[in-house]
Amino acid sequence: MTIILDVRDLTKKFGGLTAVNNVTIGIEERSISAIIGPNGAGKTTLFNLLTGIYKPDSGTMLFNGRSLIGLRPDQVNAAGMARTFQSIRLFPGMTVLENVMVGMHSRLNISLPATLLRTPGFQIQEKKVKQKASDLLRFVGLAGKGDEVSRNLPYGDQRRIEIARALASDPKLILLDEPTAGMNPQESAAAMGLFRRVRDELGITVVLIEHDMKVVMGISEHITVLDYGQKIAEGTPADIRANPRVIEAYLGRRAAGTTEQEVSAEVEL
Amino acid sequence: MATKSVSQSPWMNVRTTMRQPVVAGALLVAYILAALLILSNLDRGSLWFPLYSTLAFPALVLSPFIILASPVRTPLKVILVALLLFVAIPYLGMRDSSYLELIIQICIFAGLALGLNIVVGFAGLLDLGYIAFFAVGAYTWAMFTSQANTVFNINGWLVSGAAFYGFIFLGVVVAAVVGILLGLPVLRLRGDYLAIVTLGFGEMIRVIANNLDKPINFTNGSQGLFDVGRPPVPPLLYNSVVGAEAMLGFPIANATPLSQQLLFYFIAIGIIALIIIVARRLDNSPIGRAWTAIREDEVAAIAMGVPLVRMKLMAFAMGASFAGAIGVLYGAKQTFVSPESFSLIQSISILAMVIVGGIGGIRGALFGAVIVTLLNLLVLKNLSLQINALRNVDFIVPIINFHIRDWPTQLEPAKYERLIFGLLLIVMMIFRPAGLLPEPRRKMELLEAKGEEPVTVTAENPVVTAQPDAGKA
Repeated sequence: MTIILDVRDLTKKFGGLTAVNNVTIGIEERSISAIIGPNGAGKTTLFNLLTGIYKPDSGTMLFNGRSLIGLRPDQVNAAGMARTFQSIRLFPGMTVLENVMVGMHSRLNISLPATLLRTPGFQIQEKKVKQKASDLLRFVGLAGKGDEVSRNLPYGDQRRIEIARALASDPKLILLDEPTAGMNPQESAAAMGLFRRVRDELGITVVLIEHDMKVVMGISEHITVLDYGQKIAEGTPADIRANPRVIEAYLGRRAAGTTEQEVSAEVEL
Repeated sequence: MATKSVSQSPWMNVRTTMRQPVVAGALLVAYILAALLILSNLDRGSLWFPLYSTLAFPALVLSPFIILASPVRTPLKVILVALLLFVAIPYLGMRDSSYLELIIQICIFAGLALGLNIVVGFAGLLDLGYIAFFAVGAYTWAMFTSQANTVFNINGWLVSGAAFYGFIFLGVVVAAVVGILLGLPVLRLRGDYLAIVTLGFGEMIRVIANNLDKPINFTNGSQGLFDVGRPPVPPLLYNSVVGAEAMLGFPIANATPLSQQLLFYFIAIGIIALIIIVARRLDNSPIGRAWTAIREDEVAAIAMGVPLVRMKLMAFAMGASFAGAIGVLYGAKQTFVSPESFSLIQSISILAMVIVGGIGGIRGALFGAVIVTLLNLLVLKNLSLQINALRNVDFIVPIINFHIRDWPTQLEPAKYERLIFGLLLIVMMIFRPAGLLPEPRRKMELLEAKGEEPVTVTAENPVVTAQPDAGKA
């Protein structure tokens, strides 16, 4: 298997706090990987570094053989890495369809004269954009909801719109930041099915940050554990479950008998 | 219940009847004709003239909005608006050119409001120096045609009035370039910071205009550029005006200034029509969607692949270019361009138009421009005139026995223009924060910002019913 995302010795400091400390991660193409860790472990910071929202202090990030250092978020998106946000960040006043259409921006041929003249090429592109957006909505299970204003949809649907919007840019890799946060077990199970289909049917590499251990253990082929900005473990779900350092990081202060469910419930608080 | 339904039904019947396209069309025509006839037959010398014209003129000028909101079919709407713009208003202008002057002013502000609406309404960039681009357009034309003692005049670089149409295009280009140059350093800032910096840039342009008379005289400084050139009146227009006046049996007034005014009026209408088309096409395109995305969530927009700086620059340049075109028209119409016309208060006025009308919407921006300009240039001024006229004839208000001449001169409405305007804005922001003709999407954003419960668009219809739009549904 080829490594699609190769992060080495990545470090980001905020003043005296080292949010991400010498982290090295390799993500295999067409895999589903999870990044876990207690709150404040630097998981979201890592995503923000990867997508160009923050600039790393040191380290290298190679995506598909290309360095991500110095790229703006829109350039990272154009390079084929899309993401969702921990707290949903849809465009609240736009319709569901329009949200997904915005996601295609980096793949469009945007020309002011063509827009103003409504050239045939422009019209064909608009048609294709609409068609693709509704196809994606069908893929994530929101067929027929395209014309609703996104903020009016229930929470779980909004998470799905975010995924459809991220998929709209034809990414090679998608970063999902706590995609099942706030979902009930049924919704989480459905979401896991969706993530698998993203990989199996679209061939997109999936990397997720997740607190719900049921999701993490149920879906990931590879898990990386961060604590205080450092990578403390990685491996298959079975490895991670048995790793004493992980148990310490997560359960350290807790009685040994705590179940994963309780841990995830606490972490979500 | 029974009594209620009985008492309601006649009114409901009237409403249903009025919704019939034919009835609505007839009512509209009657309404416009009535306003037009009253207005064109008012006697300027009569005691109540200011009050009557204050009522009748807005009724006529606002009729396009009523037509658009009415339930008549689209082709009929187009015909009615065209008749209004190309027959009724020119007719009124022949009867009394001061109305035409007012309408051209409204058009100029409407164009500016539409341009600013792209920057503030579409892309969400608060620009407090927008008037600078208007100034750039006005100076572009004025410098090349003014008889003032500028370097252009001395060296014989002046162009003839016939170059006007080319200069509208040049004004667009120059203003867009200035917009990009100002935008490049500025647009990395957000929200309040952007507002402050654009405010500073707006003042800079004014100060530059004020001081660019030394060492080389480009702008004639604070004295301004006078005798600015005007586009020549096409003989066809002049002859039609003379012919129309003869046909309608008017006393032939001076046909030359009138046809000049009519020319400006038609150019203004043309520019506004073009701006509306451009704005609509932009709004309904990947560019417009990217602007909306930036406005609603900048971080999400850039993470979804929207290049922030480039899209913002595009919004800035588009808005600026509209102001540039309108500025060229303004320079030619006024024949005098000086830095005073481009003060901060003008920028704020235009912003107020956009906000009053309904930020983000094309119809809202137009509506706001009409309302605010009418208020500033007609309503308050005429109320003062009315009070003075009544004072002069020693009018006594019946019943309360109030002598108008006892009305203190300090309390003339025109003196309180800004106060009344400010109060209006405060009341608006409290009761109708999304504007008089709000954009549905903007309203959603306002709700989002206030953290209120999600409301579906259909559930909002009661609010919408209060507006003329409701007729469409």
